[in-house]
Formats: sequence, C-alpha cells, structure tokens
Amino acid sequence: MGRKILFVTTDQQRYDTLQCNGGLLARTPVANALASRGIRYERAIPQSVVCMPSRSTMLTGQYPTTHGVWMNGVPLPIDAPSVAKLLHDSGYRTALIGKAHFEPYFDPFMRFEENKQARLGTTPPGGTHRGFEHLEFATHGIMGGLHYSRWLLNEHPESLGGFFSVLDGDFEVSAQGGGECGAPQVKVNPIPKEWYHTDWVADRTIDWLNSLNQDDNWFCWMSFPDPHHPWDPPESEISRINWKDVDLPLGYPENSSEREAILDAKPRHWKMWYEGELVSNYEAPAKWVPKTLTTDQIREINARNAVEVELIDEALGRVIKAIESRGWSDDVDVIFTTDHGELQGDFGLMFKGPYHVDSLMRLPLIWAPAKNAGIEPSVVAQPVGLIDLAPTFCKIADIDTPDWMQGKSLPIGNNDAEGLDRSPVLTEWDSELFGVGVHLRTITRDNYVLTKYLKGTVHDGSEGELYNLDEDPLQRINLWDDAGYSAIKNELLTNLVDLEPPLHLPRIDLVGPV
Amino acid sequence: MSPKRGSIRRQIRINANADEIYALIGDPLTIPTWFPGIVEAKVDGRMRVIKTNAELEMPEEILTNDFISRRFQYKITSPMFQEHLSTIDVIELGPSDSLVVYGVDAVPAMFGLAIAGGASGALLRLKEIFEGDKNG
Repeated sequence: MGRKILFVTTDQQRYDTLQCNGGLLARTPVANALASRGIRYERAIPQSVVCMPSRSTMLTGQYPTTHGVWMNGVPLPIDAPSVAKLLHDSGYRTALIGKAHFEPYFDPFMRFEENKQARLGTTPPGGTHRGFEHLEFATHGIMGGLHYSRWLLNEHPESLGGFFSVLDGDFEVSAQGGGECGAPQVKVNPIPKEWYHTDWVADRTIDWLNSLNQDDNWFCWMSFPDPHHPWDPPESEISRINWKDVDLPLGYPENSSEREAILDAKPRHWKMWYEGELVSNYEAPAKWVPKTLTTDQIREINARNAVEVELIDEALGRVIKAIESRGWSDDVDVIFTTDHGELQGDFGLMFKGPYHVDSLMRLPLIWAPAKNAGIEPSVVAQPVGLIDLAPTFCKIADIDTPDWMQGKSLPIGNNDAEGLDRSPVLTEWDSELFGVGVHLRTITRDNYVLTKYLKGTVHDGSEGELYNLDEDPLQRINLWDDAGYSAIKNELLTNLVDLEPPLHLPRIDLVGPV
Repeated sequence: MSPKRGSIRRQIRINANADEIYALIGDPLTIPTWFPGIVEAKVDGRMRVIKTNAELEMPEEILTNDFISRRFQYKITSPMFQEHLSTIDVIELGPSDSLVVYGVDAVPAMFGLAIAGGASGALLRLKEIFEGDKNG
C-alpha cells in the first residue's frame, strides 16, 4: 500500500489569509496544524495569476506557454498531459471534486466536456476524464449547470436566488455593490451553511473517500471555489468577523496622493485601471472603477473573505477527520494551496489582473507529508512554483517524473538538494481581449521580482518592474530604472530568456468568456 | 456606461475549392453538420432558428447569402443580444486553396466571444470535412 494524496485547492486566496502565514483575520486552526507538522512554503508562486492557466499548470506540470492555456477562456485540450492520468494508470483511484475550470463555463453550444459531464453524472464516459474517474464539479454559486448547481436546483431551489448574480442586466460582469458599504460583489446570502458550496465540496469528498476500499491508493483533488469573489458567504456566518473591526491592509496606502504616486511609478496600465480607463482582465467588473473603492468597502470585503477562509478551514477539518476515521492518518499526504491571490485593497485595487506583485503571486502552500514518510517539519524560504506540484505528486506516488513536466518536486527543507538546486520561478501573463493586449514575463529569485512587459497595447516593450522584497516587501518602489540595480536586473532578464518555455502549437483560440 | 461591444475574427485556411466550401455554408439548413454544438436548424424564408446542444433556441435573420462573393451574414435576433452580426467569407486563394473568415460583432461583448468560440470549432470542423474527404 502506497501513500494517498489529498490535494486541496482554494480559489484566489492570498498568502496572508492563513494564521500560520501571519494572517490576523481568519482563524485557520486546521491549516495551522498541517503547517506545524509539515512543510510551509513562504514563497509559492503561480505560473499565471488567473484560474484556468494556473489550474492547467497544476494538472499538467507545465507553464501556460507550453500547455497552451494562455488566459481564462482558452480551454485545455482534452488530450493535454495530466498527472491524474499518470496516477490513475499507476493504480491510484482518482477524483476531482469542486472547481475544475480547465474549460470555460459559459457554453451555449455545450461543447466542453466538463459542462457536459455535469449532465451525465459522476463517472465520465470512457472511465476517466483527464485521468479522473470520479467528477463532481462546483463553482461560485449557481453559475453554469455543474453538479453543485444541479444539486441545489433539485434539493433546495429556494436558495438559488440568494447568491450574487455575477452578470448584470447587460450580461456583463456585475459591479453591483452590497453589504453595508456597497462594496462590489458583496451580497448577503441567506443560504444555510450546510448547503453552501464549501460544505458541499467537503461532503462530496467524504462520500467519495468512504466509497473506497481500505487498501486503495487514491488521489483526490478537493477544490473549493472560495474565497474567490463574489463575496456572498452564508448570512449566518457573517457575524464571525465584524468588518468595522478590520484593519486596512498594509498594502493599501490610505493617502490618495501617496497611493497614486506609487501607481504612477509602475507601468501605465496600473494607473489606467485604477482610473477606469483600461480593463485588461475581463473577470473584473467592467463598469467598476477602482478609484471609487472606499476604505470601508475594503474592510467589508476583507471581512467576508476571511469568513469564507474560515469555512474552508472547517470543511477541510471535517475531511481530515473522515480520513482519520478510515484509519488512513499515517498514509495520507495533504497538500494545500490555491491558484492565485487577490488584490484585496492593495494599491487601491481589488480582484486581479496583470499585476505581478505579492497580492496575486505569493500563495499559501503547505505540504503535510504522510506520517509514515518520516519527513521532518520545516519552513522553506526559497521560491517554488505551482508547476512543482505535479512532480511532487509523482514523487509521493513513487512514479518517475515524465519529461513533459517542467517543474521539480517540492523541496522538503531549505537544505534539501531539491531546494538548493532550484531554478528561478517564472510567471506569465498574456491577455488579448477586444483590442487590448497585455503581456508580462516575471521571474522571482533571491528575493527579487522582475517583470518585463512585452510590446502590447499600452506598453512599448521597454517597461518593467523590479522589486527588492527584502527592503520593499510591499513592492512600492519600482527599481526598474535604478542604475544601482542594473546588474541584478540584467541577470534576471537573462534568467527570463533562459527559462522561456516551449510554445504550444498551434495556438489555442480564446473561445469563451470565463 | 453602456455595455461593451465585441468584435472578433477567426479564420482558417482550407485546402479545398472556395465554391465547394461556400455551397455548404450557403445552404442555411446544413449548419448542424459543420458547426459543433448546433443540433438542429429550421429555415423559413430569411429566418433561421437553430437549436444548440444546450437546448437553447436562437432565432436568426439571414441578411446576406451571396454565392458570387461567397459571403454569408446573419443576425441573432434573440433579445439577449443588443446587437449582433456574424459574417462568414470564403476567399479563394487558389483552385483548391481557400481562406474562411468568420467575423462576429456583438453587444454584449461576452456573447460575441461565446459565438466566436463556437465559430472556432466550426472552422476546424469545415477543415476536417473538406480536407478529410480529400485525404480519405
């Protein structure tokens, strides 16, 4: 009997939302316990700061340029490499429960397998889909016709209207404000906690685990849709955190002149979005202007976000208890992470976009190895990437890492050979939407983050950002044009060239909105 | 603020005669054979109603069906669309070499993106139909 793997992801969760990472708002005892007995990564970086490319990287172990999902709305080919398939072919029972998002949800022609699957049940035609033999999908609320929304429609139709309506009357991403402060995409949702998607994902996971034989090896990707916006957790839970008690984030310069001066020192699309002149991520509400964000709105959003983080932590705790009750405690590796971060008020911005700073790039990542693996607890400071997850799953399962994976197994300590010989970590952004193109390449190494802007609609190819994370952890001082940093800048630019991944050909079209 | 307008173009080169390709596209009843996700089409004069795999019915008005310039244009008249125009051009590059261009203009923009996504699949299907036949 080998090691079993519980792979837990959330959606759009910042590093600093967990107590074990210094978070002060949400109580996360389950994540804290995993960190204290496992490995906590202090600088885990996504290869894309939006969902579909990042999730495709987790599954394939490849950079977006190589797996081809260069932006949300670009579907991952059905025959793309999959670590789940490797595990399944090696005898693992496999499940994906919760948010997949390898394909767009908005699908009027019903062309995408994951949308079709929800109509077919939980077992894919042919036995597996991307290597998973059991599928139960959910996303934020009732969007799409996925398993969760079908369940809610059948069992609790009265609760459907409680969720935030993601599209407005013009069928655009809604900027509707709610709560007490009119914060965008906040809504009071009267749904009972037990029917909310966080608990549903945990319930379905527990059911699947209970269906397995004691000696089965298994890989379960449990994927919570929260704390991604909209922020509409169950009303009964909102009182856990009074938004009036929430401090403004350190990343939010309260003085508007200071805030705008910081934005002015960054490449121009930062300030352009802030002013409402340019939207380059169509998941952000098109009609919302970040400059209008108030301090109370930031507080209220962050309170709701923290409630959602607590619910996830509790749901994870229930799943871990179920694993213990099966007698598997010593045999299960638990890996907890997310696909990308959230601005949550940093720089006066909200949601996400082509902004490669810690808000979106520094992620929670905890690996609690199976106790029988005998791995000591540690904290890893070196940058690692989500691209390293698939090779890590291979290592846990004692499978050779295939050549098509582009990462390396996660180090188990700072002095681990895997940790000492690591490449810089690459993050990519490519958006081309309705005449607006933005292209970023970012390298993280030795406490520096460098972003080069390729030629695009508002960039001429000469712009960039360089931050010294030791001296400027909030990334307010752009050193790109600072002559004193030209040596490290040139080194990092060379790293970018050296790391350029192979290009997926033919290029996959953007075929739908998120 | 008014909703955003989307204008999207997809294209594909097909090793086949332009008139043969247009003969298929220009017959409005054949769309279920070359547009993945459309399962049924009914035509009454200039009006066509298509049904998708998601069981959505979309009424359309055929605006242009020009076998000389090989241009097909239609407008989705469903009230969800504030504006829509799709244009399919088959351009002859050689006796057995054609460029098929599928343009979509729509308000709201996200609907245009979804139609254009379907169009990407349709162009690939057209290539399969004409080049597959040739290879087969």
